[in-house]
Amino acid sequence: MKTEVLIKVRDLVVKYGDNLILDNVSFDVFNGELLFILGGSGSGKTTLVRHLMGLDRPFSGNIVIDGIDLTSCSDADFRKTLRKIGILFQGSALFGSMSLAENIALPIQEFSRLSPDAVHDLVRMKLCRVGLGGVENYRPHELSGGMKKRAGLARALALNPKIIFLDEPTAGLDPVLASEIDELILNINKNNGATMIVVTHELQSIFGIAERIIMLDKSIRGIIAEGDPRFLKEHSDNPYVRRFLNRQIESAPLNAHEQIENRV
Amino acid sequence: MKSSVPSSSRYHLSQNEAGEMVIQLLGRMDVDTAAELLDNLTTLIKEKSPEALTVDLGAVTHFDDFGALVLFELKHLMSAAKGSFNLIHLSNHPQEILSQVNFESQAKCALPLKAKRSVNILVRLGDSAISHTFNFRLMTAFIGSVFLAFARILWKPKLLRFNDTITHMENTGVNAIPIVALISFLLGLIIAFMSSLQLQQFGANIYVASLVALAMVSELGPIMTAIIVAGRTGSAFAAEIGTMKISEEVDALFSMGFDPTLFLVVPRMIAAMVVVPILTLFFDIFAIFGGLVVGVSILKLSAGAYITQTVDALSLVEITWGFVKSIIFAVLVSWIACLRGFQTRGGAAAVGNAATSAVVSSLFLIILFDSIIAVIRGYWG
Repeated sequence: MKTEVLIKVRDLVVKYGDNLILDNVSFDVFNGELLFILGGSGSGKTTLVRHLMGLDRPFSGNIVIDGIDLTSCSDADFRKTLRKIGILFQGSALFGSMSLAENIALPIQEFSRLSPDAVHDLVRMKLCRVGLGGVENYRPHELSGGMKKRAGLARALALNPKIIFLDEPTAGLDPVLASEIDELILNINKNNGATMIVVTHELQSIFGIAERIIMLDKSIRGIIAEGDPRFLKEHSDNPYVRRFLNRQIESAPLNAHEQIENRV
Repeated sequence: MKSSVPSSSRYHLSQNEAGEMVIQLLGRMDVDTAAELLDNLTTLIKEKSPEALTVDLGAVTHFDDFGALVLFELKHLMSAAKGSFNLIHLSNHPQEILSQVNFESQAKCALPLKAKRSVNILVRLGDSAISHTFNFRLMTAFIGSVFLAFARILWKPKLLRFNDTITHMENTGVNAIPIVALISFLLGLIIAFMSSLQLQQFGANIYVASLVALAMVSELGPIMTAIIVAGRTGSAFAAEIGTMKISEEVDALFSMGFDPTLFLVVPRMIAAMVVVPILTLFFDIFAIFGGLVVGVSILKLSAGAYITQTVDALSLVEITWGFVKSIIFAVLVSWIACLRGFQTRGGAAAVGNAATSAVVSSLFLIILFDSIIAVIRGYWG
């Protein structure tokens, strides 16, 4: 069990205008763990993760990453914290005007003093690591969806960050590719010791590799379940959580009633 | 017997008489230390040129692929000098990292490498010839599909997306009036002022009015308006259609049974054809007003005399030529902008190129056709 707290979120409130998205959300992320954040559409997953990444500022509350509070720290500390974070965006967000190698070399050139030749070799290693050897000179639009995800992952890993966010890493991939990506995520988590926060809907990934999940829900604008997915699937006291994890539709009126009761 | 050589806090060095060098690496090997370590060790090895190198990883506390890079570069250096390379005290974790980046044989990982863009001049010439031929074919096909779409509209006017056309008219025309007015007013002012400097010497102040009117209505009005529209609207058309193209929206239209030309191009072209002549008219009026301001304030002409002279100088023929030109320019600018949009492929950079190329091609076509029209007019009499 990992116990060292790396990210601490306390009483996070997020509002867009008058629209309250997250209300008093608090949780911890432990160093080196593989955490999955899930929830139905519109439950605020993306919002929550964007705040953790430092892309948005909250209405109130604290987000402390590795001892630095993103909501109140200086600009220099903020930038330093951002360097500890690697992100795989949902659409990979590779720069279309650069080749794959240039995409991955960009942060390495900026933040290390390696010679161009060494950077080149390192980029090859990084691509090799994600199973993309030999495609350095391709442009992102020449790649298939799975290759883009891998390349995006290689770029997120460029500086071996402490924390890696993955937004829907397996969405839209075939089952074989998806399980390969899962395998890769697990492998990186194990060997780099990186803390990984994955946003996904894919139950297969969740039961396959997740150590712990945090489940958000619209009804309470916050966390309705937290823990081991295999345990929650069978024993969660919230029927919605059980249904979500067992992939059942909302059926009998009894359930609806039960759900309302649980929300109160 | 071992001879001691300088060490640093990052590594510990020893070399024996047989020319074998042992480097014991210490502490962390990561993004922060790799560059310095690599620099130092590379110079050291080049200096001493040992026959064999052994790297001891026993005292490394943190190892990631930046560390693997250091080892890889050292190994590479040794194999280039025909020396041997060994790793000792390799614990499980570094071993795992090394095997993941295929340290032992890079060849295992490398698929056939896709060649970088060739620098051979012949190859590039051929490449650009092929792409130009392809573009020419696309352009021809596009001209055809535009004509076809217009024919279908004439046959069945209901096919025209009327609301889109109105929106485009507003964007192209109404929203452009402030900038057109500003440019034309100042241009009229400048031309009147500059010509007055010359004409004053002959006491021909009143002809400033004729000069401004003729220059604006037959040449500058249509050209300048077309250039403004190319910069404002042409680039926007190309960028919008280009973005739709790369985000597969054009494909979606096609698959739903819409003709992309009819859906996207025709409303834009019709809007431009309607609005650009009107903008040109605005341009002419504001330019003449600019001339009037100079005439009244500097040349001390009466406003009435200036206007009478302007009306006398202009004939219906001049106005018609200017009008016809502005319609031709509108067609050219909106057509080439839409074409550039459809030619977009790739990512964000391609959209930028499409917008640039739309404006440049528009400018070229405007000047080309202006010259052609001038020649035709010369023969016309």
